[in-house]
Amino acid sequence: MGKKRKIGEINSSSMADIAFLLLIFFLVTTSMSTSTGLSRRLPQPLLKDQVIPPVDINKRNIFVVKINSQNQLLVQGEELSVKDLRARAKEFIQNPNNEEKLPVKTKVNIPLLGEMEITKDHVVSLQNDVDTQYQAYIEVQNELVAAYNELRDELSKEKFGKNFADLDEEQQDAIQSVYPQKISEAEPKNYGGGKK
Amino acid sequence: MAQIRKDKERETPALATSSLPDIIFMFLFFFMAVTTMKEVTFKVRVSPPYASEVQKLENKSLTRYVYVGKPMQQYTKQFGSETRIQLGDAFADISELESFIVSERSAMNENDQSMMTVSIKADKDTKMGIVNDIKQSLRRAYALKIVYTANKTTVAE
Repeated sequence: MGKKRKIGEINSSSMADIAFLLLIFFLVTTSMSTSTGLSRRLPQPLLKDQVIPPVDINKRNIFVVKINSQNQLLVQGEELSVKDLRARAKEFIQNPNNEEKLPVKTKVNIPLLGEMEITKDHVVSLQNDVDTQYQAYIEVQNELVAAYNELRDELSKEKFGKNFADLDEEQQDAIQSVYPQKISEAEPKNYGGGKK
Repeated sequence: MAQIRKDKERETPALATSSLPDIIFMFLFFFMAVTTMKEVTFKVRVSPPYASEVQKLENKSLTRYVYVGKPMQQYTKQFGSETRIQLGDAFADISELESFIVSERSAMNENDQSMMTVSIKADKDTKMGIVNDIKQSLRRAYALKIVYTANKTTVAE
């Protein structure tokens, strides 16, 4: 009873195999993709006996975008390609020259920015056909969101010298109240064009 | 002449494998960090549309998914090849959507219920008709926060 018994080292040669096994398990059960998407808010549901109150929106305040079953666009009564939509939407939302046809500008006092003339009551109305392709619909939505994002970026660069995403919360709120995102998705209708 | 001769063939030493477990573990942790658990097994084929202005989805635990697409090959016999909806792990009819959302919401924590988001994961070739139906039933179920799932593209101009 003299010597202490030596503790043998743990055999670690199977460690690699165990690690491999875990690795392969995780490779199989997980997926790389992170979910990304376009956020929207749906309007409140209508009650059964509720009549839609006649909305008093001046015609010049509405920007109508229609997509038919052939995925073609009709913007404010004229045909337009998706590429040109963003510029048109920006012009509409901003109304830089205070034109008659574009939305009414009202003076609003906004914290941080002071008094601004904004198109407070504008609405972008998106109408689609039952047969419209989802991709086309998303493209249009995307262009509209992009129009808002570009306007916000331009304004925040002008006022704060930074991108909209880099501003703090208060500044973001201010910019957002200048360009509130107002996209309304109307109930579907059939706009001709090859309905089976 | 002095000649250096090799008497024996030189033995190549065995590859040192002692660092192999560490390397593999590094891989493992990398994958654990960047991937997420699969939500469900897909029964419909969904390849989301592309958009450039997408945002990352916040708090995934409050998000419920509605999958819309054509059934996978192995289900076409049973369910046909028309666009179908998948809720959770099973095919569903549009009429079941409302009750699905309501029951999912009531299972949530009361504080979180108003934060519930419904993500519409639809195939890019889906017709808007079915998407509109989904939107209408989501409205009826008071699930007003929705996300149209789309993949990020670089802006092609």
